[in-house]
Amino acid sequence: MKPAIIEPIFQSQSRINQDVADLPPSGIRRFFDLAANTPGVISLGVGEPDFATPWHISEAGIHALEMGQTSYTSNSGMPRLREEVSAYFERIHHCRYDPAGELLITIGGSEGLDLSFRALLNPGEEAIIVDPSFVSYAPLAILAGGKAIRIPTTAENGFVPRREHLEKALSPRTKILVVNYPNNPTGATLTMENVEEIADFVLRSDLILVSDEIYLPLSYETKGISFTSIPELREQLVLLHGFSKAWAMTGWRLGIAAGPRDIIAAMTKIHQYSIMCASSLAQIAAIEALKNGADEVERMRREYDARRRFIASHFNRLGLDCFIPKGAFYVFPSIRRTGLSSEEFALRLLEDERVAVVPGTAFGECGEGHIRCSYATSLEEIREAINHIEHFLTKNHPEIVSESLPLPYREEKAEH
Amino acid sequence: MPLQNKILEALERDARLSPADIAVMVEADEETVKEEIHRMEKEGIILGYKAHINPERREAQKVACLIEVSVQPERGHGFDKIAERIYNYPEVQSVFLVSGGYDLLVVIEGKTMRDIANFVIEKLSILPNVRSTASHFLLKKYKELGTVLVQYPERERIPVSP
Repeated sequence: MKPAIIEPIFQSQSRINQDVADLPPSGIRRFFDLAANTPGVISLGVGEPDFATPWHISEAGIHALEMGQTSYTSNSGMPRLREEVSAYFERIHHCRYDPAGELLITIGGSEGLDLSFRALLNPGEEAIIVDPSFVSYAPLAILAGGKAIRIPTTAENGFVPRREHLEKALSPRTKILVVNYPNNPTGATLTMENVEEIADFVLRSDLILVSDEIYLPLSYETKGISFTSIPELREQLVLLHGFSKAWAMTGWRLGIAAGPRDIIAAMTKIHQYSIMCASSLAQIAAIEALKNGADEVERMRREYDARRRFIASHFNRLGLDCFIPKGAFYVFPSIRRTGLSSEEFALRLLEDERVAVVPGTAFGECGEGHIRCSYATSLEEIREAINHIEHFLTKNHPEIVSESLPLPYREEKAEH
Repeated sequence: MPLQNKILEALERDARLSPADIAVMVEADEETVKEEIHRMEKEGIILGYKAHINPERREAQKVACLIEVSVQPERGHGFDKIAERIYNYPEVQSVFLVSGGYDLLVVIEGKTMRDIANFVIEKLSILPNVRSTASHFLLKKYKELGTVLVQYPERERIPVSP
């Protein structure tokens, strides 16, 4: 008998969880669709390294596959990997995390973020989130049953939250503060004073700080500062890290969560039911990354370092003001002088010049007036993109474009 | 790191960078960078700026051959004199003195295999100090000067990601 054809009912959202139904779709998604349908697009919109995973790391993964190391691992991650992670934190940040109980290997930094919210937030409890910030923070807090309270940051304050804004966001339901430095999308970093100030706020307000430090190895000019440098914070700090950015391993999906025993145990409990364990192949590759990857990380860091000065200087020349970022691989130039909104600017640039950038508003309201440009793209492509942006601006806003490069280093000339 | 090394690193990345761009990348002013590049050109530190062409894909194909050459070193000159007599031929691309079973590794290029055979027979083997040669025709270049030359599927990166 022929089955009756049943029309799918898309209108009814009643069977979808209300929180999920209410979540706005990611602002980045729209630009992804537009850019993907633009042939010959030059993209500064990519949030991942342009390098392939260093070969010695991939080779370790291939070897693991050949050897049939394809089983489940311990829920928390392979003991050998946790030991390497512990040794890494000790080597780089001089802090000790016990491989048994204070570390968890996750599916990318994103899972660690999701787990921290789910492990910490009771219904209605609040997470303070810096605006602009990575697209997942607020939605994941909401999906965990919590509320996201956004606090503004601006270019004038180097996209670092001010104490008064932090204090203002506090309520009896505040549980978590989420920070991410070096920052996506702004490229902002913290000084030691910033770190102390934020730590002081967290300690005084008895919050838990979730610090996403995945970009920390990609710090320029100075060594990046981790919140682990404040020992008093230890019991209130969940540190999220991962292999995607510095080791160019985005597709392997491997992250690290480090923190006090009770929180890591709670996160591990969720992880054990929902995920079981991270990929065994990725974990074996990550062991190699931590053991022998320092030179390759440094090679890529130096490449980004050269590009960041190049791209930031050219944006300043073109009248799109931006500071020279000291971390991650993004610049966040201001497009205010064009009089366009972030969305309009990004849309027109894509339509007229086939250059993809991400409007700052994809990362929160405070991103208005800015665009995020990634320099995890070859120098040739960056140069081509700059040429197109120059063409776009000279056509529409010739008054803001200047011919010669500004020399931001003239005064503090380095004595290398 | 000394300025010279930083400038060289930038030029090795992309020889078409302007002095202004290099200045921004190495934290120096443009005049200093110009002077430093000029000095390095004069001193033979920078030898030139050539396009890096993929021989596998260009239209005018050439034939290349690696020749192992065993030679009799000379009193007072060692291998230098005989190396010079070889490297002065314009068709010789590279000459290396190496340890192991032979002495000089000579890389030569020609339009046809006949060109190369003629070079070995008429120019190389007849040199008085050359004891023997073994020629290896190059079949395929996979990687040269740090760049992979063979075509492989382009890495797929989604154009916009968070």
